[in-house]
Amino acid sequence: MVKFAVVVFPGTNCDFETEMAIQKAGAEAERVWYKASLKDFDGVVLPGGFSYADYLRAGAIAARQEIMEEVRELARDGKPVLGICNGFQILTEAGLLPGALRPNKTPRFICRWVHLRVADTETPFTGLYEPGEVIRMPIAHAEGNYYVEDPSKVRVVFQYSDEKGNVTEEANPNGSLLNIAGISNGKGNVLGIMPHPERASDRFLGSEDGLRLFRSMVEYARR
Amino acid sequence: MKWKVKVIVRLKEGLNDPEGRVIGNALKNLGFSVENLRVPKYFEFELESERPEEEVEEMCRKLLANPLIHEWEYSVEPVS
Repeated sequence: MVKFAVVVFPGTNCDFETEMAIQKAGAEAERVWYKASLKDFDGVVLPGGFSYADYLRAGAIAARQEIMEEVRELARDGKPVLGICNGFQILTEAGLLPGALRPNKTPRFICRWVHLRVADTETPFTGLYEPGEVIRMPIAHAEGNYYVEDPSKVRVVFQYSDEKGNVTEEANPNGSLLNIAGISNGKGNVLGIMPHPERASDRFLGSEDGLRLFRSMVEYARR
Repeated sequence: MKWKVKVIVRLKEGLNDPEGRVIGNALKNLGFSVENLRVPKYFEFELESERPEEEVEEMCRKLLANPLIHEWEYSVEPVS
């Protein structure tokens, strides 16, 4: 069975939910303290939370820990690397994904459900979605305002939209360029997403839309 | 040799500084005619180094700033 590492930094807090979502998607998952090693894993997830209490900038200090070298190696080997919320911030700070996540346009913490348009179904994380499909997931962040110098060079995977899939300014919760909610690297095997798929991985949570992200990832890793 | 270092990291011009905007508006509400308020980050520390400028520049590039969105300036003075 394929096995994923869920990295736990000081201040990580979505690790248990992520572990459960991966298990529900049909793979093994293990929470791994950031001082440990990622050898023998088929992929890695950097979950949400507030690593190092978001001191300096969200994700900045976690991004400079040794374990990120191993994350970089997994990414180079083509294995799936998923960063959720704080994990996305860590991936950009580590240079594994382009761009930066700045404080929200309205500088406060936003916690609510949003609609997302799946813009790219060719990645290891989105194979089980329909092109242009609209899904629901919650966001919970203060620094989710995606910025990059040249957005035309970014592989956009998820965009904030209204429930019909229109990518409008009103549907943009945090001021992100092009309503970007999730991007991947050129190869597609590194994904950063601000909304929380693990919090939308069971009907009793309000949506199962996020589970397909984990299922896609698990299917890809099995190949 | 030991140095006293002061570093200021700020968002590049043209990038929205939401914290600055809110604080600026609060000052306006108090009757001050404030415009374009920005909130940079300020660091001060002591550094044992033979090449302090070079090291501080490296610190800014590697951690204290995100070169994509920030610019920085610093001063270095010997600690007597």
